[in-house]
Formats: sequence, structure tokens, C-alpha cells
Amino acid sequence: MENIILEMRGITKTFPGVKALDSVNLKVREGEIHALVGENGAGKSTLMKVLSGVYPFGSYDGDILFNGETVAFSGITDSEEKGIIIIHQELALVPLLSIAENLFLGNENVENGVINWPKTYARTQTLLEMVGLKESPSTLLGQLGVGKQQLVEIAKALAKDVKLLILDEPTSALQENDSAKLLDLLLEFKAQGISSILITHKLNEISRVADSITVIRDGASVSTLDCHAQSISEEDIIRDMVGRDMANRYPQRESHLGKILMEVSSWNVWHPEALDRQMIHDIAFNVRAGEIVGIAGLMGSGRTELAMSLFGQSYGKNIQGEVRLRGESADLSSVPKAIKSGLAYVTEDRKELGLILEETIQINTTLANLDRVSSRGVINENIERQVSEDYRQALNIRTPSVFQKVMNLSGGNQQKVVLSKWLYSQPDVLILDEPTRGIDVGAKFEIYNIINQLADDGKGVVMISSEMPELLGMCDRIYVMNEGRFVGELDQADASQEKIMSMIVKA
Amino acid sequence: MATTKETTSTVQSAPSVTHYLKTHVRDYGMLIALVVIMGMFEFLTDGTLMRPVNLTNLFLQNSYIIIMAIGMLLVIVAGHIDLSVGSVAGFIGALAAVMSVNYDLPTILVVPVCLVVGLIIGGLQGYWIAYWKIPAFIVTLAGMLVFRGLTLALLEGQSVGPFPKSFQLLSTGFIPDVFGVGRPNVTALVLGVLAASAIVFLAARSRAQSLKYGIQDEPFSFFLVKNALIAAAIIYLSYLLSTYRGLPNVLITMAVLIAIYTFITNSTTIGRRIYALGGNVKAAKLSGINTERLTFLTFANMGMLAALAGLIFAARLNTATPKAGFAFELDVIAAVFIGGASMTGGVGKVIGAVIGAFIMGVMNNGMSILGIGIDWQQVIKGLVLLAAVVFDVYNKQKAR
Repeated sequence: MENIILEMRGITKTFPGVKALDSVNLKVREGEIHALVGENGAGKSTLMKVLSGVYPFGSYDGDILFNGETVAFSGITDSEEKGIIIIHQELALVPLLSIAENLFLGNENVENGVINWPKTYARTQTLLEMVGLKESPSTLLGQLGVGKQQLVEIAKALAKDVKLLILDEPTSALQENDSAKLLDLLLEFKAQGISSILITHKLNEISRVADSITVIRDGASVSTLDCHAQSISEEDIIRDMVGRDMANRYPQRESHLGKILMEVSSWNVWHPEALDRQMIHDIAFNVRAGEIVGIAGLMGSGRTELAMSLFGQSYGKNIQGEVRLRGESADLSSVPKAIKSGLAYVTEDRKELGLILEETIQINTTLANLDRVSSRGVINENIERQVSEDYRQALNIRTPSVFQKVMNLSGGNQQKVVLSKWLYSQPDVLILDEPTRGIDVGAKFEIYNIINQLADDGKGVVMISSEMPELLGMCDRIYVMNEGRFVGELDQADASQEKIMSMIVKA
Repeated sequence: MATTKETTSTVQSAPSVTHYLKTHVRDYGMLIALVVIMGMFEFLTDGTLMRPVNLTNLFLQNSYIIIMAIGMLLVIVAGHIDLSVGSVAGFIGALAAVMSVNYDLPTILVVPVCLVVGLIIGGLQGYWIAYWKIPAFIVTLAGMLVFRGLTLALLEGQSVGPFPKSFQLLSTGFIPDVFGVGRPNVTALVLGVLAASAIVFLAARSRAQSLKYGIQDEPFSFFLVKNALIAAAIIYLSYLLSTYRGLPNVLITMAVLIAIYTFITNSTTIGRRIYALGGNVKAAKLSGINTERLTFLTFANMGMLAALAGLIFAARLNTATPKAGFAFELDVIAAVFIGGASMTGGVGKVIGAVIGAFIMGVMNNGMSILGIGIDWQQVIKGLVLLAAVVFDVYNKQKAR
């Protein structure tokens, strides 16, 4: 009855020593939103690279049928010509060029080798209206937020006459309302007959927009679900993704609260460049031993800024306020002092801020506390090796040895290395900034167990997260943050997504 | 738990020699290239290259490049570059000449003062780079011009020399034969054998330790052959040198510096932190590493080593000229990149930089003996630099 716009049949792709895809099937109907889900490393990106021609025809087995005819792409240009366009997680835009220049980069409106600017601007204007972005075509891209940049990327796809739009985790960097806007846009495209493939980790997005779902696990397509023919619960999808039933997404924990470990009072921080902009207003909070405290809030509410200003004044200027650790006033004016005082900060962006990707697990593990494996400035590599090996086993980092370079690990394993590093610095209080971002469901569960173990060991944990269910499932107490202020505090018993949202909205 | 670990790792650790070589081609590639290049010139020059007198010259000619390459390695690993080293070396040579020749100051005073001045110069440049975040390229480009100018000013545009005998020993001196035989120089032989045994001993000890932890993937036969070859090469070289005038002082200085800086980069917290800083400066900072101070120190260290190189170069020419040190920085930087350091920082080894410098040095020397003009020498050196980096990038991509 309906037309199948894309069919991938028995796609098999091998890398030296690894079978990344094993006869994967994918069928996308014309004018539908097709969700592609799977754990990190399941093979979603590889499949999309096969589709777009990054891995050219001949380097894989199987057939690709687009609009009923077999296609053989030898590069991205080929697939784009057919109207298959991928928007990657990392946006491929140039910050120092204008929106108009970005939209037609590589696809310029040229007459006799000269760019026709009036035409470019006019077309940009139409495309921006289509994606609902109210910006001037001459605005520099770098001046836009991530959400708007995402829209520019989509407009760029529209400029190329897209038939099948592939979005790779488009909302992972967006806050709630931008994500909603983006999903609405996909629904609009659907009405216009544009099909899309949506790769995502967020199951609520899928239930909102998807018409059908293909689940990939360990390089094989496990199941295809039709959202209209059957009712699908998030648990069903998760079970297919991880291959096991996860009745409880958050491990149970009985909390034993001790004394107050950290107490922050009247904390004020100003923007590092715009000195008249106050980023953190008069924040006060505390963490007890054995307690997991959550900080909820939208992106841009100042959560990371708060954490980084506390951790050795790594963010902000003119920082005022007091921090007491174990009842005593603490000097946190530099990162080494903060570490020495017993504070650890697991950064939001592990690749940019958390890890030395070119180095081994061993070297990353001891980095924040090198003095503990060395005497008089000379490192004892045998002890160092033992230490990192112990953490590798304790945190179940899946790799043959600690000599593996961190860049070769999956997101979940990388995050475990970052955690190892901060556990080895022997902190009393850990601030975890988005500890499960970009990590698949199975690894998330392991990270939650590690966090619970920390609390059981009597450490204080501050957990910052954009995923409210995660905070509700893990925390003893949740502070709600909005625009640099704490606007509420909720105990686990009376916390709910609705209450948190209403606190943010009403503040 | 521990026992199962042991067994799994022993099962893994029986790879073939060819497989090991394939996976470690980046580590040994440049050493093999050096040996091949030496063999080639030895053949083309009918054995002139390895003649004791030429070999001695080879060390004397390249000592200052090697000494600066060690400092440059740290700078490049930290993610920076230093374009001023040639000018600084020239300036320090001029300063030493003015102090020793014009003011008759004793060498024992001149040398430390010059080293301290070099340290201060490096520190000054490092200050702007580390604490003001001004790109090293700009700061050291400025330094290159400033110290080139100051060299001219200090020498008033003329050459100053000759140096007193004691100063010349820095470069042209040889370790006397304490055994009194003279030729062959028994001290040179003994030191060569001692150095070779020390290297083999240290390698064996570190291998034994890593075996204990079950993480050795180097096949034993490979280990044996490698160390036998290295020991034989060192003993053979020291034998060749002993039949001429023995070990030059400069060679000892160089060997000591190489040993010290290899130790610093491999085994000390400061070395580890420099690699971390070059690998990811933000992550290093958030791990409690004082990145500014480390950057400052690497440049101060570079300044001191450039000063030492300047002294040795001046002593070798026995005069300080306004053109001394001209374009040295290019040879030094090329040596470090040929030796496998990464342009983006965080990757590189001291021994790699030394091998890189020797590759350049042997080519300079060999091509000069063959009578190839300076024009074609430049072309060939440029192509070798490009080839080395391409080789490196190619291997990296293959490893992915």
C-alpha cells in the first residue's frame, strides 16, 4: 500500500577483526518518521555511514534500494544527489560565516563562477521561515545557540532538496523546549512528505513522533516495531536494546545519611568576560555523608557554572561566598586546593574536559593524584599499573588492558575512566555533571550502581542532570535551579517531574 | 580473580615477532631509517662516513642541534613551538665572547652566567606564553628578531675571538685516557662497554618487572636481538672513536642530557604532566595540574639548553659571529618532527628527537662528503622531513 522509500537488505560490514554489522535490515516508508535505536556501539552510525556512502559501495555486503531502485553510492555527494542527507551529532557548520553562507556552503548560488548574493539571501530567508528560525541571513552562525544552529543545519538539508533526512541524536545538546520545537519540525516535514530517520537515546521522543522503530543490537537488527499497529512501552524498547529485561532502570538504595560534609552559603559568581553579568545568585546548599543530592534545571540555568566555580574557581570572576567542608571553612581558590580539600568534579564533557584521549587508561586514572603513585617526583609505574588495573576491574571497564588508549573506548567505558580518576583522588564530595550523558542504557545502569556505592561508602554526591527521571530515581534530595538561582528544594518522597517543571516555570 | 587474570594475560602474550614489529612500526621506524641512511652513505662515500675522524666530526657538528632538540621536544609535546632558539644560541655565543675575550673573565664564571642568562631569556618568553596566553609562535618570532638584533649589537657587527683554551674544551676537548695507552683510547672503550651494559641491564630489569605484572607483549627473541644490536652498536662506535682521539667532551654532555631528559619524560610527575598538558590542556587543568607554570618551565628549560648549544657552537668555531645560530631553529624543529612528535602536542619521545637530529646530521655530513651542493641538500632534507611525517600519519591512520 505505502511506498517504501528506503530498503537496506542484509547489510554486512566488517572491519579488520570486527563484524560491525551483520545482515542488518532496515525499511523506511515514504513520509514516516523512523526511529533507529540501540546502545552506543550497536552499529547505528556505521549503518548510516553505509547508507550515505561514507563507506562506499563494495566495502560492504548487501543491497540498498532507494525508491525501489538499487543504488551504489561511492561518496556523500552521490547520496546527497538522491536527496539522502545526514545531520551529524557534531554540527558541520562554520561559526565565523553567516547563516546564508553556511546554508549554501559547497552548494552556492553561482552564476558564471560569481556568487549571486541577493538570490542567496532571498533563498535563505525562505528556508529560515520553513524551519521557523527568526534570524537575519547575515547573522554570524557563532552568535546562535546550539538549538538554532541545529535548525540552520536542517535548513541546509532543505536547501539540497531533501527526500530522506537522517538526524543523529539531534536533541542531545538541546534543552527541553528546543527539542520540542525540533520534533514538531519533523512532524511538519512528515506532513510535506519528507521521510526521516531519527537516531536517539531518548525514548520519550520516540513515543512522541515515531511511526516505526528499528532496534539494533550488537550489529544486528533485532526488531522493527510499528507504533500505530501496536502499543509499545518504553520497557519493550529497552528490553530489545539491551537484550535483557530492565524492570528497574534505577538500582534501589537505602540511604544512610550522616553529618553534613559540604555546606555552601551565599555563593555569587560573575561572568568571566561580561563582568557586570551575575551568573550565580546567592546560592546555598548542603550535602550530607551518604547522600545523593540532585541539581535539576534546564540547560543554561547555571548548573555547570556553579559546579565549576566551586571547583577551584574554574569558572567565573569575582567569586564570593563560603564553602565549609566537614564543618571547616575550606579554601577552594585553585583546582589543586579543591582536590586537596576533598572535592572532585566529573565534568559534563568528558572528551573535551575530562580525558587525555591520546593517552592510556593507566595514565588517565592517576592524573589527578599523581603524587600518590610517586615519591620525590618519580612515578612508580608498577604501583600505577596496579592501581589502574584495580579500578578497571572494580568499575568493570571493558578492555583487555589498562594500556588501551582512552580514545578507543566507548562512551560508557570512557566515563568509567573519568570516574576512576576522581575516585583515586579520594574525595569526600563528588560533583557529577551529567554523568550519564551520551551513554547507552546498559552502561548507565552500571554508572548508577557506582554512584550508589559511593554514597554507601559515606561520600557526598552532587548530581547534575538534564534528565529528570534520572534525578528522581537516584537522589535523596533535589535542588531546582533556574537562571543562576536555586528556586526550590524537594525531598525524594515529594519530588516529581511536574513539581520540578512548575518550580522552574513559576520562578 | 587475580589468578584468572594472570592466565588470560599470559595467553595473550605470545605474539609473533612479525606481528609485534607491525604494531610497533612507529616506535622503530625512524631508528631503522637512521641505520639505513647511514648504511647508504657508508656505501656511497666508500666508507668515509664511518671513519673515526669523520664520526668524531659528526658528533661535534650535530651536538648543538641535538641539545636544542631535547628542549624543543618538551616545548612541542607541551603543544607549543620555539622559533627563537637559533637567535638565542647566537646571542649567548656573542655574550660569552664579549665576556671571555673583551673582559677576560674566566670560563668557570662565563659558562654559568651564560646558562643563567639563557634560562632567563626562556623564562621571559615563557612568561608571555604561559600567563598571558600569547601564542608561542608570535612570542618566539619576536624573540627571534630581538636576539638576532641584540647579537649584532653586542658584537658591533664583527666576529669576536679567539676564545681562551679552557673555553674551547667545551666543544673540542676529549676525555683523556686515564689508562695511559693513548691509542686505542681505553677509557673510551671502557665507557662504551659500561654504557652498553647499563642500557642492557636497565632494559632487562624493566622487562622483568613488566613480566611480573603480566603485561609484556614484546617477544623474548625480539628483546634479545634488539638489545644485542644496540649494545653492539654502542661498543662498535666507541671502538671507532677510541682509534682516533677518544670520546669528545660534547658526546658525554649529550649522553648525560639524553639520559636525564629521558628519565624526566618517562618517569617523573613533571614529565607526565607536560604530556597531559599537551594532550588536553583543559582536562589537565581540571585535574589539578598547574599548566601555566609547566609551560613557563618548558620554555625556561629551552632557553637554558639553547644557551648551552650556543656556548658549544661558539667554542667549536672558536669565535662568535653575528651569523651564528642562523636558521638553527629550523633544523631543530625538523629533527623533533622527524622523530615522531605530534604537531598538536602530547606525543613525542626524547630518543625520537635525538634520532631525528642524527638523521638530519648524517644526511648533511654524507651529502657534503659526496659534494652535493647546498641547494640540493636543502631540497633533499625538506623531502625527508615531509616523508617522515607522512610515514607517521600513514601509520596512525592504519592503526585506527
